Amino acid sequence: MMIPQSHYLIVAFILFAIGLVGLFTRRNTILVLLSIELLFNAVNLIFVTFSRSSGNLEGQIAALFSMAIAAAEVAVGLAIAILLFRSQKTIDVAKFNSLKD
Amino acid sequence: MLEPVAFYLFAGILLVSALLAVTLRHPVYSVLCFLISMFSLAVLFWLLKAYFVAVIHVTVYAGAILVLFLFVLMLLGYDKEPPALWTNPIRFAFATGLALLSLAGLLWAYRFARSDVGRELYSQPVIGTIESIGRALFSSYLLPFELLSLVLLVAIIGSVVLAKKEL
Repeated sequence: MMIPQSHYLIVAFILFAIGLVGLFTRRNTILVLLSIELLFNAVNLIFVTFSRSSGNLEGQIAALFSMAIAAAEVAVGLAIAILLFRSQKTIDVAKFNSLKD
Repeated sequence: MLEPVAFYLFAGILLVSALLAVTLRHPVYSVLCFLISMFSLAVLFWLLKAYFVAVIHVTVYAGAILVLFLFVLMLLGYDKEPPALWTNPIRFAFATGLALLSLAGLLWAYRFARSDVGRELYSQPVIGTIESIGRALFSSYLLPFELLSLVLLVAIIGSVVLAKKEL
């Protein structure tokens, strides 16, 4: 018995929605970045599913590229989070309301 | 018979742990739930015969990114966790509404997508082994692959510049 493609896609869509909820409700900067990772992973699952159903490797290669971009994004994002914590003494995104000092 | 059982089991674990990761109060528990969801996602990649992607996913997410998250979380201290925005009903309704809207939009787009993109899984699957991925990566995707190394170099330089107090 084979699992239909739509089940994989529905899992990915729900994962994307969960990531969006996290993105809009968390106030900890690091957990906001974590929610962005959930969005990346939902997209990766869609890439790999379509790679499987269209019978070529392009989706898997796109997923690998997206993972590398995610790693770069997390490294820079967390460095910015540390800098923000140093200057503002908080990790609450709602408190970051000033560009100067 | 084993494949559907594994799929539904790990899809369930993936969604529940992702939901816990965005709702749990304690940030370290959130990150650990995210780790569980990454492992279940790797199982789904494995079931889709994307073996190399599954292995790289575990190495990059569980091995590198999660450690980085935990490290920064410990460095900044998590005892002063700001309250989540669940308490604000307008914000909560906005977030849930937007998430449900995007879910409905994605399902709608899928329902009315062109039918020639391959609706069902191929009976003759393409197997994502190291050899096939490597051949594709170093022949037709050579330029994007090399540009990616440039992106990673920029990320390394960027984080060093940001993290150093003064150059």
